[in-house]
Amino acid sequence: MFKPHISIQGLNVFYGERHVLKDITVDIPERRITAIIGPSGCGKTTLLKSLNRLTDLIDGVKVSGKVLVDGVNIFDNGIDVTEIRKKMGLIAQMPNPLPMSIYDNTAYGPRIHGMIDEKELDQLVENCLRGAGLWDEVKERLKEPASKLSLGQQQRLCLARALAVKPEYLLCDEPTSALDPISAQYIETQLLTIKKSYTIVFVTHVLRQARRLADYVIFLYLGELIEHGPAETVFTQPSNPRTRAYIEGVFG
Amino acid sequence: MNKRKLEEAFFKGLMLLSTSIVVGSLLAVFAVVILNGAPALSLSMLTQTPKGGYYLGKEGGILNAIIGSVYLAIGATALAFLLSLPIALYLNEYARKSRFASLTRLSLDVLWGIPSIVYGAFAFIIMLYLGARASLLWGIITVSLFVFPIMTRAIDEVMKMSPFKLREASYALGSTRLETALKVVTRQALPGMLTAVLLAFGRGIGDAASVLLTAGYTDSVPHSLFDPVATLPLAVFFQLGTPIPEVQQRAYASGVILLVLVLLLSIASRLSTRKFMKYVIK
Repeated sequence: MFKPHISIQGLNVFYGERHVLKDITVDIPERRITAIIGPSGCGKTTLLKSLNRLTDLIDGVKVSGKVLVDGVNIFDNGIDVTEIRKKMGLIAQMPNPLPMSIYDNTAYGPRIHGMIDEKELDQLVENCLRGAGLWDEVKERLKEPASKLSLGQQQRLCLARALAVKPEYLLCDEPTSALDPISAQYIETQLLTIKKSYTIVFVTHVLRQARRLADYVIFLYLGELIEHGPAETVFTQPSNPRTRAYIEGVFG
Repeated sequence: MNKRKLEEAFFKGLMLLSTSIVVGSLLAVFAVVILNGAPALSLSMLTQTPKGGYYLGKEGGILNAIIGSVYLAIGATALAFLLSLPIALYLNEYARKSRFASLTRLSLDVLWGIPSIVYGAFAFIIMLYLGARASLLWGIITVSLFVFPIMTRAIDEVMKMSPFKLREASYALGSTRLETALKVVTRQALPGMLTAVLLAFGRGIGDAASVLLTAGYTDSVPHSLFDPVATLPLAVFFQLGTPIPEVQQRAYASGVILLVLVLLLSIASRLSTRKFMKYVIK
């Protein structure tokens, strides 16, 4: 019933001597929200960052195994990593606007990928800000620094910026954990609205949030893949005792 | 309990003392230079070049040294910046924590510590070898050599402070390293870079030793890069060295002009930093 969009095969990640992801094999379904859950330090963020090779930025990292995106292993030699990343929008844990105006933040991605027509950019910026539910709040002050926005607005700006490169995937790394409840709900609503068009991978350690959003669930524990499956199944009839314990709140 | 309060008061007193010594010395330097120089300060000092007999106390001014210093410092700062920016970007976005990067930083720190007279002597040897004469160009080259390690390390430090999350955001959108370096890191570091440039400018305009052998000294305003050029620090040096009181006063007056130049630049850069700060992510 789920069509795979990313296929992770035997993925191992080491930070120096530390083995942070152990032989992960799982498919991520297309145009669904997949939640990666598990206690802190279990490798959720590392798994997420392996999908667009942001792991490259970490010193002393070693990766083996495959991540197939549209059938191509992104860890192959000769892969253009900027093309991979362009396909995947990232929403980080802390809002991370760039040191420029609201408009320039949204236009940053399209510009580096070669869009120069002002009218086209204006239209795209508006569409993306609307898509992130921010347009009405900022349309009068697009030239103002992004840092002037509230944290919740900044996070929606980051969503708009991610949408602007027309990605197929959205990678979300606990995107609401630094936000107030109202902004958090706003982000969740936006994600549910746009999920028909994007494959969304969502890291969270808030189980209630995973229940609200997820169609598919991946449970990690200490770097191992313990269980994965459709959300209803994992949440109601987990097959592994550790999953059950985690979901019942015994630990985590 | 009482002992701790005493301790607190004692060390606070110590800190206040150190601070006032430093601030006091600064004010003392200002006072000495201004008090000694003020009588000799005049419009002609600023607008005229030395006439015959100037160094014996006759009329004229040090316009030659003012213009010379400004040319030299601007040229050297610009040249040093052309070297510094690529090095700092390379260290931060490409070499990062590699052994090569730490070796480069070590070298820059060593270069920073070399006295400017050594740079002067070094450039002088090369000039002899090439058969070049002392000129504005060689002055610029020498000064830029000795200010670029300062500028590079200062820019490097502000770039290092630019948060990792900004780089991550940029890479996640599919930027190359170059795009991240030029469009994100440089923008974030802009106010700090301005301070670094100013620091280098201040060191460059105030140094006498490095230009002593390389820039020459002349009573006229230079018209090309190949003319010799006078500078304010050397004007101070030469005038102080004469036995004539009027000329010694003019040495202090030249010092005042140098101070005012640096001060004006500081204020201008403070004002423009505020503008650049607008977009910086805290």
